[in-house]
Amino acid sequence: MLDPDLIGRTFVGANATSVTQDQINQFAAVIGEENLTVAPPTFSISISLDQSQKLLQDSGLDWSRVVHGEQKFEIKRPIVAGDQLICSSTIESYRVAAGNEIVSVRSDLHAKDELVVSTWSTLVVRA
Amino acid sequence: MSLSTGQELAPKRYLINRALLKQYADASGDQNPIHQDEAFAKSVGLPDVIAHGMLTMALAGKFLSDLNGSAAVVEFSAKFIKPVVVPAGRDVELIVSGKVGEINEGIAKIEITAMCEDVKVLGVAKGAVRI
Repeated sequence: MLDPDLIGRTFVGANATSVTQDQINQFAAVIGEENLTVAPPTFSISISLDQSQKLLQDSGLDWSRVVHGEQKFEIKRPIVAGDQLICSSTIESYRVAAGNEIVSVRSDLHAKDELVVSTWSTLVVRA
Repeated sequence: MSLSTGQELAPKRYLINRALLKQYADASGDQNPIHQDEAFAKSVGLPDVIAHGMLTMALAGKFLSDLNGSAAVVEFSAKFIKPVVVPAGRDVELIVSGKVGEINEGIAKIEITAMCEDVKVLGVAKGAVRI
């Protein structure tokens, strides 16, 4: 179960993730995207899910039972190769329904002071 | 780019198979075995291997990118309401279509429908694209 003291708290990653052209190319290849100058719209999930899991690994959530319920992106500008992105994750809401824990995590990716993308993931920890 | 409110966007077809799940796992870093290992998927109560919800969303994202390029996509959201089951040895068809909603200050809202074998797999899927 989630430690309730963590609701509303923001965890900021210590290290930036460097985006490489190769990562963008690989992601684009999966969906048949031929324009490789910017990352596809959902590319940021490959950074934010992993980073938020690391930031919240001591939260009490059982990540092995997590399923993805809902996802939202607000993209301020597309991610490009060479971006150095710092992830900050906040548990925005939490409830328990029929024994399942339903957690909404907002993760913002910043390049220095510039907000590049905000993502909201609703995660369901199955009972 | 010209879009008008109420316009129906022609459906596009995407094929999902086990090889694509492996490719997406490697590209995204999501190596959860429910997307690759049939025995594991069944052991946790799933009918078979299922696609990453985010793979389905990435393909629906391609549908949005095709309107005016990836750089024009400013918002995208969806609920994962039904799993996309991917049996071994065959392609599963994902059909994505859309309808143009409100257009305001150069940004068009797009309502997206994603169907897999007649089942709606994304709920309230919506994008916003600069036009």
